[in-house]
Amino acid sequence: MKQNKGLFAFVILVYSFLFIPIIIIAATSFGSESYVAFPPRGFSLKWYHNVFTTESFIRTFKISMEVSVLATLIALALGIPGAYALTRFDFKGKTLLKNFFFSPKIVPGVVTGFVMFQFIVINLKLPIYYSLLLGLSIFEIPYAIRVIGSSLEMVDYTMEEAAMSLGASRLQTFFRVVFPNITSGIIASFMLSFISAFNNVPVTLFLSGPGISTLPITMMNYVEYNYDPTISALSVLLMLMTIGIMFVVEKTLGINNL
Amino acid sequence: MPLLSLKNIDVSYDGKTNILEKLNLSINKGELVSLLGPSGCGKTTTLRVIAGFIEPVGGQFILEDQNFTKIPVHKRNFGIVFQSYALFPHLTVFDNVAFGLKMKKISKDKIKDLVDSILNTVDLSSLSQRYPKELSGGQRQRVAIARALVIEPKLLLLDEPLSNLDAKLRLKMRVEIKKLQRQMGITTVFVTHDQEECFSISDKVAVMNAGEIEQFDTPENIYSNPSTEFVARFVGFENFIDLSNISGNEFHAKGGKKFTINSNRDITKENIKGTIRPDDIEIVDENSNKENLIDGSIDVRTYLGKSYQYNIKTDLGTLVVNGSNNNVYSQGDNIKLYLPSSKIILV
Repeated sequence: MKQNKGLFAFVILVYSFLFIPIIIIAATSFGSESYVAFPPRGFSLKWYHNVFTTESFIRTFKISMEVSVLATLIALALGIPGAYALTRFDFKGKTLLKNFFFSPKIVPGVVTGFVMFQFIVINLKLPIYYSLLLGLSIFEIPYAIRVIGSSLEMVDYTMEEAAMSLGASRLQTFFRVVFPNITSGIIASFMLSFISAFNNVPVTLFLSGPGISTLPITMMNYVEYNYDPTISALSVLLMLMTIGIMFVVEKTLGINNL
Repeated sequence: MPLLSLKNIDVSYDGKTNILEKLNLSINKGELVSLLGPSGCGKTTTLRVIAGFIEPVGGQFILEDQNFTKIPVHKRNFGIVFQSYALFPHLTVFDNVAFGLKMKKISKDKIKDLVDSILNTVDLSSLSQRYPKELSGGQRQRVAIARALVIEPKLLLLDEPLSNLDAKLRLKMRVEIKKLQRQMGITTVFVTHDQEECFSISDKVAVMNAGEIEQFDTPENIYSNPSTEFVARFVGFENFIDLSNISGNEFHAKGGKKFTINSNRDITKENIKGTIRPDDIEIVDENSNKENLIDGSIDVRTYLGKSYQYNIKTDLGTLVVNGSNNNVYSQGDNIKLYLPSSKIILV
C-alpha cells in the first residue's frame, strides 16, 4: 500500500511535468494583458483574433500546409515501393540500407538541415520552394518506410502468390491485393509524416528564404520581437490540430501498433 | 504420353548446394499424384517449380508438349491451394472466388454464373457475402479450393492443404477433394508429409528424400513393396537385417544364419537388407521346424490395444514384433521367431 502511494505520487509528478506547461500556455492565451502572464488577469479572445488577422501567420500557414502535404505524398510515393522491396526481397546489405533510410531521424536535425542546405541550395541551386519540398520529403521517408514496412510484414506473402497464380501480374497483385491490406499503415504514415513535416524547424530553417517560410519559423521570428499571448493562442490552435490528427490515427490503426 | 513431365530438374538457392537434383517425374492426365516425404525433402520445392514460383537452374518442365520452364506464374493458369489458404482478407467469399475470373476479363454475368456454380459445388452458396475472417477453417479451405478450381486450371496444385484442420475435418475434406478431383477430371499434384492421407487419395505417390524421388508407384506397391530402406521405414517397416546373397533365393545374415527369401529384386548390389513389418513376424513354438527361424528373448513389452509389441533381442540385433493378445509373453521369455519368406522385402 505504501509502495503504491509512492508510485501514485511519482505518476502525478510525471504527468504534471508533461501537462503543466501546456496548461500554462493555454491559460495565458486567454489573458487580457499585452504580455504573457500567468496566472492570466482578465479574460480575452483578442489574441485568437490577432492570430487570424496577422497576415504572415496566415500566409506561412498555407505554405506549411502545402509543403507538408506535398512532401508527405512524395515521401509515400518513394517509401511504399522502398518498404515493399525491403520486406519482400532478400539482398546483400539489406539491414544496412534499412538503417540508412532511417538516418534522417537519427542524425541531429541541425546537421541534416545543414547538409541539405549545402547540397540542395548551394550545389543543386534549386529554387527555395523546391529545396524546402525536397528536403522535407527526404526527411519524411523514414516514417513511410518504417510504418508501411510494419504493415507489409503483416501481409501474408502467399496471398500475393495466390493472386499471381490466379492470373494477376506483379503490378496488379500489388494494387489489388497488397495495397488494400496496408491502407491503415499508409494513413498512419501519412499523418505522422505530415505532423513531423509541419512541425519541423531545424531542416526548414536552412531551406527557407525570402518570401518562403513556414509557420513554425514565422512563430520563432515573431517571439523574438513580440512577447504577447498571440503565440500562446497560435500554439493552442496547433496543438488542437495535432490532437485531431492523432485521434484519426488512433482510430484507424491504434497508436500502439506503430 | 504423359501430360506433365519434369526432366532433370535442378534447384539451388545459393548456386552450390542443390535442393533438388536431376529430378524426373511424369504425370498422366487426370491422375492425382502425391509428393510424400519428411520436411526438407524437397516436395514443396518441387511443387513450387511446377507452380512457377521457383525457376530451376537446370532441367525442363514440359506440359502438353509445351516448355513451361520459363513461363511466368500468372500466365500458367494453374490452380493452387496453399497451406495457409492465402485468402484475400479484404474481399468477400464471392470476390475471392471471382478474382481469377476478373483477371481473365470475363464478363460480369458470366463471372456470377461460374462463381455461383462452384460455390454450390463446394456447398458455400449461403456464405458468399462473408469475409474470410468470419469463416471456420473448413469453410476457408473450401473457398481456397473453389477459388483455384473456378479458373478451370490445367493443373491443380495442393500444398499440405489439410494440415491446418482438425483430425475429423481432415478425413472429411480429403474425401471431398478426391471427389471433386474425380468429378472434374483435373490432373492434381498433392504435397503432404502424412502417409495415411497420401495413400488414401492418391493414384500414384512419389516418396521423396533429400531432394530425390526414392520411389514413384501406386500406394499399394509402395506399401507392400518398398524399393529402398528410406521408403520402407517411411511406410512402417521397422526391422532391417543385413544380408548377403549366396545363390538363388538363399541369403546369409551376419553370423551365418541362413534365410530363404522370394524376391524379384535386383540382388547383385552390395549392402542388401531384408526388411519385415512388426506385424509379419510370428512368435512360434520351440519345436517348430519351419525355415527362417531365429532364437530370441523378450526385452521390452508394450501394450498397443489390439496387440502387444515386443522388442526382442536376437543374434541379429533387436527386432520389433507385434504379438496377439491371446498369448502374452513376459520379459526374459525365450521364444522363436518365424520370418515368412514371402514377407521379407529386399531393399
